[in-house]
Amino acid sequence: MAQNRRKILLDPLVDNNPIALQVLGVCSALAVTSSLQVAVIMSLAVISVAALSGLFISMLRNHIPSSIRIIVQMTIIASLVILVDQVLKAFAYDMSKTLSVFVGLIITNCIIMGRAEAFAMQNPPLESFVDGIGNGLGYGIILLVVGTIRELFGAGELFGFTILATVDQGGWYVPNGLLLLPPSAFFIIGLLIWALRTWKPDQVEEAEFKIQTVEDH
Amino acid sequence: MPDQTIPAPSLFGRWRALPKDSIPKTLFVAITLCLFCSMIVAFAAVSMRPLQEANKLRDMQVNILQVAGLYDKDRPVDELFTAFTPKIVDLEAGIFTDQFDDTGFNPVSAARDPELSIALTDDPAIISRRGNFARVYLLHDAAGVLDRVIVPVYGAGLWGRMHGFIALQEDGNEIYGLQFYQHAETPGLGDRIDKPDWRRSWNGQMLRNAAGDLKIAIATGTPTEEMKSHHIDGLAGATLTARGVDNLVRFWMGEQGFGPFLANLKAGAI
Repeated sequence: MAQNRRKILLDPLVDNNPIALQVLGVCSALAVTSSLQVAVIMSLAVISVAALSGLFISMLRNHIPSSIRIIVQMTIIASLVILVDQVLKAFAYDMSKTLSVFVGLIITNCIIMGRAEAFAMQNPPLESFVDGIGNGLGYGIILLVVGTIRELFGAGELFGFTILATVDQGGWYVPNGLLLLPPSAFFIIGLLIWALRTWKPDQVEEAEFKIQTVEDH
Repeated sequence: MPDQTIPAPSLFGRWRALPKDSIPKTLFVAITLCLFCSMIVAFAAVSMRPLQEANKLRDMQVNILQVAGLYDKDRPVDELFTAFTPKIVDLEAGIFTDQFDDTGFNPVSAARDPELSIALTDDPAIISRRGNFARVYLLHDAAGVLDRVIVPVYGAGLWGRMHGFIALQEDGNEIYGLQFYQHAETPGLGDRIDKPDWRRSWNGQMLRNAAGDLKIAIATGTPTEEMKSHHIDGLAGATLTARGVDNLVRFWMGEQGFGPFLANLKAGAI
């Protein structure tokens, strides 16, 4: 059992990563990765919502009528997201200002809905809780990697501390402004997926269409 | 032999025997869950409100300090903020008023109160009602001479109302800084209104020309010689946001806004 939980926790990090393999939750990953600090807070928010929503939905799973199950999951997730938003506003106001709507948009993050529907509805509470943490961490890892690349090469900083002294502060590094704009996260996530699938070829999807070779007559 | 009668199931027993997809159980789950979740959310919102309000106030104070050029992140905000003298201005007459107790005056609710505000017919900033009173912050130098005055401004942006402060030099004409502390403009485009490089373009610009006409304008292209000291470069890709800022600055600096107050300030009448 413990072995199983370990697998549930660690699987989504690399082997079954929600962003890299399932390509879910990309929208917020584009928006909140321009600096590391924001990425860390967003990851923590997603981890807590994913874990707790998994726990509560799994506890209720035998009582949720299947006709309204999606809206029940949504209500639980939305309540948790509002809680997280309120806590951030009370204890990390600057962060909540920077994250603005993206905390609220965790409600529509496909990773959380996906885990609720695919995992928590069929599995016991503890496993669902661990699964939520695992998937939140999987999301967080990608956010951290993308955030590191974007902040370091886009602003010459990490967590707001100068690493590469930029030209406008009298240094030598000419920052790449593109990396601070959301589209750059698309490229970086794409390259990450490429790298990951080269390392683990079993993640490569089968082509939906194959060009057929014409037989010789 | 008497018949072995099966006891009638209790109400609870019958309820339990219902399948989970039956209509009564579906309704029960939906209603209970909604009630429970709304209680949790309401409890969280109410119990954390004082902290959130304090954060909001602090954030506003930090913004006032920043726009006045006094912000120092190593020193406590409360202490820095004592440099300001808050005053309530009667906008119509352009003079200070002692009508309100300073801490009790809330400009946001006053702007909604029909007794304390007027409906606007000429309304470029799209705020529909303007309060008759506003709180300004005066900054004096070491000798007690007025150095800067910070006035609040707000108006419609592209997606919602933008709130900010303008810091003016003691002549009520030269802009020391402009800063928005609350807005909902498009990230990456309109939100450049609170980025340092655009904010810097306001520093040292003049609201009015020598004849006293309100000239400040956000525009594109190269300004004429006459407009040079009143020109703010527009924002490419954020035309509507820039227009909103232009409208609200001109409204609040004009006759319907702080115009009379600034004129009095310049004339040394107050």
